[in-house]
Amino acid sequence: MAKFKLFRSFFGKLFGKKRSRVGIYGPPNAGKTTLANRIVRDATGEAIGPVSEIPHETRRARRKEGLEVSSGGSKMMIDIVDTPGVTTKIDYHEFLEYGMDQDEAVARAREATEGVAEAMHWLREDIDGVIYVLDSTQDPFMHVNIMMVGIIESRKLPVIIVANKIDLPDASPQRIKSAFPQHPVVEISGLEGNNMDALYAKMEEVFR
Amino acid sequence: MIQGVQIDMISAERVSKMTSYEKIRLILDDVHQGCVVVLEKGLTPEEQGKLLEATMMEITPGAFSGIEIETYPASDNRGVFTKLFGKKSQAPRLMVIGPVDQLKMLSKEKDRLIAWASAAQ
Repeated sequence: MAKFKLFRSFFGKLFGKKRSRVGIYGPPNAGKTTLANRIVRDATGEAIGPVSEIPHETRRARRKEGLEVSSGGSKMMIDIVDTPGVTTKIDYHEFLEYGMDQDEAVARAREATEGVAEAMHWLREDIDGVIYVLDSTQDPFMHVNIMMVGIIESRKLPVIIVANKIDLPDASPQRIKSAFPQHPVVEISGLEGNNMDALYAKMEEVFR
Repeated sequence: MIQGVQIDMISAERVSKMTSYEKIRLILDDVHQGCVVVLEKGLTPEEQGKLLEATMMEITPGAFSGIEIETYPASDNRGVFTKLFGKKSQAPRLMVIGPVDQLKMLSKEKDRLIAWASAAQ
């Protein structure tokens, strides 16, 4: 395996291997766009998209190309794709609770369904590695998480599980570690920027 | 007349003769009619992904809000060969799928799922 990596690295450098396209996936409101913004800001000073407490704020996949992620002395180039939250259900009534009128809520629900289908399409066709983001205050054993990690495994994509929102008092990243013992789990706060260096080091190890 | 919810229990043998598309169509057609589907042998991860995509295409605000889906955690009954080479079994176990506004999973343990189902309103 080590020989294969060496071989791949040598020929990758020689022929200019394409950048890894890393998809940020997870259920709604796990903090995917906050994390994507953090990674893009650290690399370029810009943001990738708006965040909101209302679920399904991101309803189209957004890509940022050519980001240099550095960890320690080494660097790697990646493209980041921030995707809509994956779920098996979208009920427009949920959006009414945030003060939207019915037309707005229905439109948001329609766009959100298209967004989830689009996220799945990206995963099937155009993603080389996955950062799967989970809210550390929520139950990680939800079926959608088990299903998504199963799909990622079946496609043999490298994956890092991110236990996000560790700045919150009821965060329990340990539950996430026990739910996915077969994958690396990195505890972070995308909002506060805590432990991002550990995430970048793991990205370098897993996606290079 | 008995009021309630129809449960469609489908054997592993019947499912094994179906293509992925046929399985997904059967599930979604049943769910649209307010049925709860119990598959003796659940969908593969790939099929679950396709089911999710198809579900999203069929969600209609005010009429169909999606599905509830649950299965037992994967079994760890791996043979010597798979343990030796570290390949995880992806054999899906029993799977329950129903309309999200009629089926609610109450709890999930290693070999036990507890769900609550209600008739369509």
